[in-house]
Amino acid sequence: MITLTINGHRVEVEAGSTILEAAEKLGIFIPTLCHDPRFTPAGACRMCLVEVERARALMAACSVPVMEGMAVHTDTERVHAARKENLRLLLANHPLDCLTCEKNGDCRLQEYCYRYGIAESDYQGARKEYALDESNPFLIRDLNKCVLCGLCVRVCHEINGAGAIDFTNRGFYTKVAPAFDDALEASSCVFCGMCVDVCPVGALTPKQGLRRGRPWELQKVRTTCPFCGTGCGLELSVKDDRVVGVKGDPASPVSRGQTCVKGRFGLDFLHSPDRLQKPLMRKNGEMVEASWEEALSLIASKMRGLRGREMAGFSSARATNEENYLFQKLFRMLGSNNIDHCARL
Amino acid sequence: MTNSIGEIDNADVMFVIGANPTAAHPVIGYRLKMAAKNGATLIVADPRQIELVDYADVFLRLRPGTNEALLNGMIHVILAEGLADEKFIRERTEGFPEMAAVVKKYTPAYAAEITGVPAADIRRAARLFAGAENASIFYTLGITNHTTGTDGVLSVANLALVTGHVGKPSSGVNPLRGQNNVQGACDMGALPNVFTGYQGVGERGARFKFGRAWGTRLNPRPGLTITEVFDAIYTKEIKFLYIMGENPALTEANLHHVRGALEKVDFLVVQDIFFTETAAYADVVLPAAAFAEKEGTFTNTERRVQMVRKAINPPGEAKPDWVILSALARELRLKWNYATPAEIFQEIARLNPAYAGISYQRLEKEGGLQWPCPDAKHPGTPYLHQDKFVRGKGLFTPVEYQPPAEEPDSDYSLLLTTGRILFHYNTMTRYSGAIEPFKPEEVAQVNPADAGHLGVVEGETVKLSSRRGHIAVRITITDAVPPGVIYVTFHYRESAVNLLTGSALDPVTKTPEFKICAVKMEKLATAGA
Amino acid sequence: MQEKHILICAGTGCISSGSMQVYEALKKELQKQRLESKVRIILSGCHGFCEKGPIFIVYPEDIFYCGVSAEDVPALVTEHLLQGKIVERLLYKDAQTGEGITSHAEIPFYSKQKRLALRNCGVIDPENIDEYIMRGVYQGLERVLRMEPQEIINEVKGSGLRGRGGAGFPTGMKWEFAYHNRQDKKYVVCNADEGDPGAFMDRSVLEGDPHAVLEGIMIAGRAIGSDEAYIYVRAEYPLAIRRLRTAIAQAEAYRVAGENILGSEFNFKINIKEGAGAFVCGEETALLASIEGARGMPRPRPPFPAFKGLWEKPTCINNVETLANVPLIIRKGSAWYTTIGTEGSKGTKIFALTGKVNNTGLCEVPMGITLREIIFDIGGGLQGGKKFKAVQIGGPSGGCIPESLLDLPVDYDSLHSAGAMMGSGGMVVMDEGTCMVDLARYFLAFTQSESCGKCTPCREGTKRMLEILERITQGKGKAEDIPRLERLALAVKDGSLCGLGQTAPNPVLTTLRYFRDEYEAHILEHRCPAGQCSALLTYYIDAELCTGCRACTRVCPAEAITGEKKEPHVIDEEKCISCGNCVERCKFDAIKTK
Ligand SMILES: Cc1cc2nc3c(=O)[nH]c(=O)nc-3n(C[C@H](O)[C@H](O)[C@H](O)COP(=O)(O)O)c2cc1C
Ligand code: SF4
Ligand code: SF4
Repeated sequence: MITLTINGHRVEVEAGSTILEAAEKLGIFIPTLCHDPRFTPAGACRMCLVEVERARALMAACSVPVMEGMAVHTDTERVHAARKENLRLLLANHPLDCLTCEKNGDCRLQEYCYRYGIAESDYQGARKEYALDESNPFLIRDLNKCVLCGLCVRVCHEINGAGAIDFTNRGFYTKVAPAFDDALEASSCVFCGMCVDVCPVGALTPKQGLRRGRPWELQKVRTTCPFCGTGCGLELSVKDDRVVGVKGDPASPVSRGQTCVKGRFGLDFLHSPDRLQKPLMRKNGEMVEASWEEALSLIASKMRGLRGREMAGFSSARATNEENYLFQKLFRMLGSNNIDHCARL
Repeated sequence: MTNSIGEIDNADVMFVIGANPTAAHPVIGYRLKMAAKNGATLIVADPRQIELVDYADVFLRLRPGTNEALLNGMIHVILAEGLADEKFIRERTEGFPEMAAVVKKYTPAYAAEITGVPAADIRRAARLFAGAENASIFYTLGITNHTTGTDGVLSVANLALVTGHVGKPSSGVNPLRGQNNVQGACDMGALPNVFTGYQGVGERGARFKFGRAWGTRLNPRPGLTITEVFDAIYTKEIKFLYIMGENPALTEANLHHVRGALEKVDFLVVQDIFFTETAAYADVVLPAAAFAEKEGTFTNTERRVQMVRKAINPPGEAKPDWVILSALARELRLKWNYATPAEIFQEIARLNPAYAGISYQRLEKEGGLQWPCPDAKHPGTPYLHQDKFVRGKGLFTPVEYQPPAEEPDSDYSLLLTTGRILFHYNTMTRYSGAIEPFKPEEVAQVNPADAGHLGVVEGETVKLSSRRGHIAVRITITDAVPPGVIYVTFHYRESAVNLLTGSALDPVTKTPEFKICAVKMEKLATAGA
Repeated sequence: MQEKHILICAGTGCISSGSMQVYEALKKELQKQRLESKVRIILSGCHGFCEKGPIFIVYPEDIFYCGVSAEDVPALVTEHLLQGKIVERLLYKDAQTGEGITSHAEIPFYSKQKRLALRNCGVIDPENIDEYIMRGVYQGLERVLRMEPQEIINEVKGSGLRGRGGAGFPTGMKWEFAYHNRQDKKYVVCNADEGDPGAFMDRSVLEGDPHAVLEGIMIAGRAIGSDEAYIYVRAEYPLAIRRLRTAIAQAEAYRVAGENILGSEFNFKINIKEGAGAFVCGEETALLASIEGARGMPRPRPPFPAFKGLWEKPTCINNVETLANVPLIIRKGSAWYTTIGTEGSKGTKIFALTGKVNNTGLCEVPMGITLREIIFDIGGGLQGGKKFKAVQIGGPSGGCIPESLLDLPVDYDSLHSAGAMMGSGGMVVMDEGTCMVDLARYFLAFTQSESCGKCTPCREGTKRMLEILERITQGKGKAEDIPRLERLALAVKDGSLCGLGQTAPNPVLTTLRYFRDEYEAHILEHRCPAGQCSALLTYYIDAELCTGCRACTRVCPAEAITGEKKEPHVIDEEKCISCGNCVERCKFDAIKTK
């Protein structure tokens, strides 16, 4: 264990922890744009700069490991000046269209500008001018909003392994793009959508919830993905009885926030106009709508007329445990063991 | 899975056979890829050049349907070179001599002849696997969806036992279950021969226990499997069929036979969220709620029970399956009074010892729990068979290679194998406004050599036929499949591949041969289809 | 006739000024005169005096000819070799007296130098290992094979050697970190990326003395417990790469590299990795990323490479010149090495002297020499007798030092306190005609375009600094631009992730420190004191010369020129936009600037 002080408060953390982790333990706020504990630290955004006594330069709290006796300051004039300068620089090269931006209210750049009182930048000059990339059905890339935190690049390389995107060009013209600056569809991208989940600003936006709700209007529901046997944790965003957004749930012990294209972008089947909404019964060879009472009593009457071994039921590997349990219980109570499901699919 | 997904991070050797995780279990696929990138050894056995092959140290490109020969060949090498874990075999297993006797003839040369994998590669894979600190095997339908599926599973177990790679972290046998809750459906006893918790309907004790809990006398004779049910419809033994959330008219093998049965059965109930191919045959169709419209639990492939929470209301009059089943039970005068899924879960926990310690309260508080979890204090079980196997000793079972039920011949010269793609999941995702337009149709994979023979080109639509039926399908020409093999997924009703597959069954599990059948490919114009 | 050795420089500079033609002509001429058996030709590495190349030295009499061309060869052979007469016209001429100087030791360019790292450059054939072995190369390696790692480290620590790649970190300490971090695999990396525009010291060492670098690498490997090295050379150095490959093959054949070196248990493998040429790839963490196959982007430090370097293994990364010093230290001892240099900076440093001095080229000088000595003695003063204004030291991210500091001793610490840095050893001399604002703009344009784009201050900040500087040089600067520029420069220096961003503001900060009045003149007086920024010049017409031809009035877009036909014209300063069109048009040179 290592003991250090932050803003004069003593804290003990494990060797190898970063200053940021120690600060978190003390509940001391340090802003970050490019940090995610799941990836290798980048030290890119420089928002987390802090002052360490006896160190010449400011240090990036996200990546500098603690040392015994270290004295860290997160709230000095110098630290604030550095953070504000970074925000001014980012803002000088960022559209100010918060009114229509999907990230409004959930944007880290916005949050920090608010916190540090940066309304606009006093730097004039060139700005990014990239065309919007809307060519795939899943997400929109607006590189004009990109702050080059590199989280999407790291999630793609370090978590997904697809390595579909990377930094290209240099200096002011640096940007994140698929190989040869092609469309995402033409790259090795598998549209897992994890890049969307980690983007701290509005550069990557899922198409699925476009203009369907502001972050603060959304109710979050944590659940389990209905697609494959991995059972990833998902966090659904709900508004007006609609699922308008999906994210990986970082708290899931299975998936740790990871998703694939199906879990991330495939849930809109819920709102398909083809969903069945009323019971149907075959009358004179035609399928017609019926009431629940009619339908259930017809089924019950058919079942009552049969011996157990004359009926069979296929349960479902997509239904819940509770429902599978009830299904087999029902048939078994009627004397039938002819119960199966597509276990082999 | 005997292990947990998280244990992949610490694997030394990973052996993936008959599985395509980057498409079928993408998040597990990420973990395997990253482990390989971070230095773990990856061995891949598959007829196709799947994505994982790019990360593999050894790629064993075997002929479809020859898994057992490959595994026997590897075990042969391990025994011949003294790489087996003798202590483990002595102390924790039985049946070793019988198994050893059978693998004797599977020299690398002989295994190479059957599988088409070079003998040197079989040796290398065997040495890497046996020599590892820890090693786990991952498999899916490529092992099980064959007439010899049970043999495949047993062979996998033999390999794990002979090297002692079970019952340790990152060491074990890991079937990746396909659908989200296959594990749960099995755990719950949605099977003809067992009650909840794999308690046999033939066992008196189990019957007594469930009979008492449910207040009724129970049938001691195991029931029929899906495929047998369809046969029994033809013979009029089954008159009533209730299908909840399955779509056999698309996903079962030998579709003509299946669709005929659905047509024939006296009364068919289909309960689903969409009007599926199967619903078209129904007498009554009941609208069900989807996962986001109800509460409950799913159990994933690593035996982890997790919460499903209600986010929105079902559309129209649709209801959760558990509500529908309860209503039907009341209509049938059964005294069912479940107010919430939590109540049902409590009943499950009382009857299934592996779930005994799990409750909604704990799931809310602790996230998921992996069974067995015998009591409320138990933390759950990340990996199975730690000190002893459930049955006591690990059992070796001798397995001989048997050729698939149907092999290519002069009339049907190509081998068809089926599977999934990343973007679709059975048929649900075809209703996704985002995914469907992106991958709207099947694209079958054909080797350049076979395409050359017939003179078909990239993107052309061809006619594929087997002894059971034919479909039209667009093709792509790629080295990902070896010559003589064609690969089609089962997501698309427009090109329902199961019109082609056979209904030969595995003698034990009654699993149809989904993976392989013999087909021929013709140009659409000349075939006139 | 006594047997002669002729050294012809085959460094990149001399080759481009024609030394290979001289070589061919000499071979032919010797054949013709039947002297092949009497004369040995040696193609040597760079002599540093590229300005005066091709260089041609005759031993044993040590006569130094420069600017030799193929046509001069017959005369050299006939007059010098056969008749023993010195060819006066090809001698170096003293800049002051105009007299020819025969021995290169007497040429001021060389007399103030102390050639340690360059000891073999220009003296022996870099492609012939036998010559090296004769000159004692690999004796250091032989010695360390009998030493304990800690002894080797102590020797290097004791020598006070500091990294020549820029940061000046004590080399022995770096080795010690890597040594104490016990792991199964470690790497030595030689940084030969040399991306500073105009710098070529590492190239010269690699081309002229590859074996010394290999020896240094292996000594480092032996010290830290490594068995493998990468030399990261920029692909634009094909000759260096070829000579390195040749040297590695020869060393392996002679058992001074590869397996069981000199019969010991010590094995060492040396790989060459060609760099793609981005400036930032010289930064050590970016360089390692590039070797690993990733985009060359710096990573945060700590962890330093000595703890987690190439493929996460402990890695000792050193510059070419640093490593070339190592064998000497081992052979002659650290005590000897500490006799050269100053308190905090031992040994010598190679500089690439360019700009407005008479003698440009490479010079290796003892630490502590003054800037004045380098510029005026070695460099021979300013061209055309102009007045010295400033010297930029340390490459594009170094600092600009004014005349008042000319007597500054050149070492790590005094340069740093003056706001400059040793850097890799670039030294650009400027005369009074150089605008300091424009100079800062020029260097900023370089660093901005080479910024890897990873971190905010460097990527965005250098761009905004550049834009401000551009505005000032175009006469559009505002008074608040100076404090804003200063604030931003400090923020970029303080906040950037890697050395590129941390040092990029140096040219701005030093020019603001020493030449603030020039900035103010641009902004407040709309005037460029050096007369370099065209947008800020005031144009006027010399009435004496003007014929009133009216050519200028037709090209002036601002209609600022008026006057009667055949009468002298005048330019309205208020209207003039300083485009300069009129100057080009005037046939009588009547339009002047001030
Ligand atoms: C932008 C940048 C470029 C650099 N380029 C070089 C280079 O070309 N050659 C070099 O040896 N060191 C270069 N360095 C310094 C290296 O990062 C590192 O300090 C050096 O290789 C260590 O070797 P030394 O201790 O022997 O000097 C550069 C540093 C920065 C920040
Ligand atoms: S998100 Fe993808 S991998 Fe995860 S459970 Fe859903 S379908 Fe499976
Ligand atoms: S300082 Fe510049 S070159 Fe260095 S990491 Fe930051 S952006 Fe890249």
